[in-house]
Amino acid sequence: MKIIIKGGRIIDPSQEMDTVGNVLIENGVIKGFPSDIRGLEKEPGVRVIDATGKVVSPGFVDLHVHLREPGFEHKETIRTGCEAAAAGGFTSVVCMPNTNPVNDNASVTEYILLKARTQGMVNVFPVGAITKGQRGEILAEIGEMWEAGCVAVSDDGRPVMNSRVMRHAMEYVKAFGIPVISHAEDINLSANGVMNEGFYSTVLGLRGIPNASEEVMVARDITLAELTGAHLHIAHVSTRGSVRLIRDAKERGIRVTAEATPHHFTLTDKAVLDYDTNAKVNPPLRSEEDVEAIKEGLRDGTIDVIATDHAPHSEDEKKVEFDLAPFGISGLETALPLSLKLVKDGVLTLPELIKKLTLNPARIIGIQKGTLRVGSAADVVVFDTDRVVKVDRYRFRSKGKNTPFHGWELSGCVIYTIVGGKIVYSHNVCCF
Amino acid sequence: MSGKVIMDSEAIARTIARIASEILERNKGAGDLGIIGIRTRGVYLARRIADKIEELEGIKPPIGILDITLYRDDFRRRSDWPKVQKTEIPFQVEDRNIILVDDVVYTGRTTRAAIEAIMDYGRPSSIQLAVLVDRGGYRELPIQPDYVGIRIMTLRTQKVNVLLKEIDGKDEVIITEG
Amino acid sequence: MRFQRKHILGLGELSAEEIKLILDTAESMKEVSERDVKKVPALKGVTVVNLFFEPSTRTRSSFEIAEKRLSADVLNFTPAQSSVVKGETLLDTARNLEAMGASVIVIRHSMSGAPWLLARELSASIINAGDGSHEHPSQALLDLFTVREIKKEIRGLKVLIVGDIAHSRVARSNIWGFVKLGAEVRLVGPPTMIPRDIEKLDVSVFYNLEEAIRDVDVVMMLRIQKERQESGLFPSLREYSKFYGLTRDKLKLAKDDVIVMHPGPINRGIELSSEVADDVHSVILDQVANGIAVRMAMLYLVASAGGTE
Repeated sequence: MKIIIKGGRIIDPSQEMDTVGNVLIENGVIKGFPSDIRGLEKEPGVRVIDATGKVVSPGFVDLHVHLREPGFEHKETIRTGCEAAAAGGFTSVVCMPNTNPVNDNASVTEYILLKARTQGMVNVFPVGAITKGQRGEILAEIGEMWEAGCVAVSDDGRPVMNSRVMRHAMEYVKAFGIPVISHAEDINLSANGVMNEGFYSTVLGLRGIPNASEEVMVARDITLAELTGAHLHIAHVSTRGSVRLIRDAKERGIRVTAEATPHHFTLTDKAVLDYDTNAKVNPPLRSEEDVEAIKEGLRDGTIDVIATDHAPHSEDEKKVEFDLAPFGISGLETALPLSLKLVKDGVLTLPELIKKLTLNPARIIGIQKGTLRVGSAADVVVFDTDRVVKVDRYRFRSKGKNTPFHGWELSGCVIYTIVGGKIVYSHNVCCF
Repeated sequence: MSGKVIMDSEAIARTIARIASEILERNKGAGDLGIIGIRTRGVYLARRIADKIEELEGIKPPIGILDITLYRDDFRRRSDWPKVQKTEIPFQVEDRNIILVDDVVYTGRTTRAAIEAIMDYGRPSSIQLAVLVDRGGYRELPIQPDYVGIRIMTLRTQKVNVLLKEIDGKDEVIITEG
Repeated sequence: MRFQRKHILGLGELSAEEIKLILDTAESMKEVSERDVKKVPALKGVTVVNLFFEPSTRTRSSFEIAEKRLSADVLNFTPAQSSVVKGETLLDTARNLEAMGASVIVIRHSMSGAPWLLARELSASIINAGDGSHEHPSQALLDLFTVREIKKEIRGLKVLIVGDIAHSRVARSNIWGFVKLGAEVRLVGPPTMIPRDIEKLDVSVFYNLEEAIRDVDVVMMLRIQKERQESGLFPSLREYSKFYGLTRDKLKLAKDDVIVMHPGPINRGIELSSEVADDVHSVILDQVANGIAVRMAMLYLVASAGGTE
């Protein structure tokens, strides 16, 4: 089985490649970039994809998704989550452990990987919990989970409040060379807040989560990373202060990396006006100032990765009082067009953006993905940067229709997603 | 406003005088009268009638103002949505002969609402209706005025406009084509 | 002008003209309450549901009387005797009431924004009778009505709101209302109870009551919730009372004809010294009648606007 993707603009930051040409895929791997394909095209059984005017890049790697399985299959399953990923151009996703049961031991990890192999259409890399039951008390069996296939540990959504436990986790992971992903939030400062603390929380009478709630934990975890020498990855950076802390830490040579989500660099807390629970997310949408700081962090390299924090919820769960609605935005299927706005606005060049969606996340968790090097698995995305699409949440592949971007007209559309040489998504049958 | 003038200022003045004497005749004086005008133009007519009665009888009957908005039966059907205004009836209606004054009686629904409103203030001996214009032929309720300035037949598409000095700058009744 | 709104959710979204129209309509409604027969047929055949998720005898009774004076059919629905305890969602509960023919739902809820959810999802008119720490429009309209009745004109008045601004829906609604009608609004309270960026609503913030109260025309005291002490917002009621309680001495710094208001119920000796509380209590009783008139106006206006859509 051969696929030729011809005439596209091939951008692969792992090889510093940005050229118009052809990509040849054979037996599931990248075979090469032949300049003359006239003979190949005529071979029987060759699938030719015309990518003229399109971008061809390594499939995207999402460092932060919630696939909800096991335990919350009404929100998402590994299958639907993978379908959503494919529709968004993601060929690898890293899934968080806050399932039920929590992914805090190797048997849950194995279950997720088995499901992903049989039902998932993209590569799934699980994250193990830091502590048993994500309770922040006793370390989970991190070594065994690493053996089973976990690529990082995190108590995502339930931050480890006890600094001593966090210190030990950071020390312990060094034996396996995996990062600790920190959902940086001081839950005492958050005090059951439901949105950003600021003018809009005051006007809406909703409990606010101050920027400091994130920043004190970013500062703590950076300090612990300095103490332990562990690789710390800060998830979903949302505040100006966090960007500053991470920038300083990087300058001082501390092993810290960071991600930001499309919603945090696109929206402000104004989106919550009218109590739209689809804009309820943790960390919350922040102020204009914070959005600008995140863009600056992306531009100057302080923030390495764009990750979605894809957090699907059912329609019923979101159609409740704002206080009662769960946090989260279904993000896989809007990530590319929202990120392409950064290119349009001059924050990033297209190769820089692709690097934050491919090579950088793959490097952070040490996987051989996010590249079109000859011989590597053929995980490829073909997308059109200019095609305008109107977001229709009811056409999401994800079970989670919870997006604040419904009805937005955005430029950027995935045309093909290929995983291991297999076409898992093509735009012809879908346009959201 | 162009249209056919059916009453001018003199005619209106004569009519007010006639209605005032008819009221006195029928009620045998002004002793237990109360005059209540329906907002908006009925109020000015009520004042004029009361003044005339005082001129003729030496006694000025008390005057009230009635806003019937809260008593309308077309509450959810109207497009010309009226603002609710105050009703002011500074006397007891109990056992009085109430003269209800309006500019025009047409379907009778306003009068019905006004009667209901007055009854909420007490039980008068009688309620009598005085109007400047009786637009005949379209009554939807069994209501007839006791004192009438002019009785006319019109088409449904026509409009009867009563203009009064107090708010319109002149006294005139005009029929216009709709 | 004509009232176009199907719902009254908060003063934040009403224009000055709409607020004035409600107050003017309430004046006519007050006249109804002064008659022997305190009833008009305006809302005959309209079913109004009072959906109260928080106990509030005062507000609910006031709405109920207002509804009855307008001849509406009234259904009181309180969660204690309802399916809410069985885990039914707010939306399902409200949809059931709508299916029973409710065309106006008056809702009181402990969570900010709950009335917005109903307004978005249902076809009934929604009146907010207090949501979380957000808005309490009928209380603020009643305060505006009372102040306007006494002072004749709201524009140019200096109004001081004292206490836990952060958690007060009465404060938020009154801030919107008084600012929109042209009053100068001051806030005073412990800094832990002043919410972020509130100055952006065109108010001035003080931490010292003696300073803030100088020359004001209206002092509005907020009720202090004892739970706030447990969450660390102030150290003790004694200390709160010392710095932010209203006494005769402090009141002397205001204008001679100052009015003191309190949404009730009063914590005697805490927000208000006992002697001030006695003075204030008479104003509170005056306000009860105004409360009914204002609520009649709200009900009448949303029902008439909703019906002609």
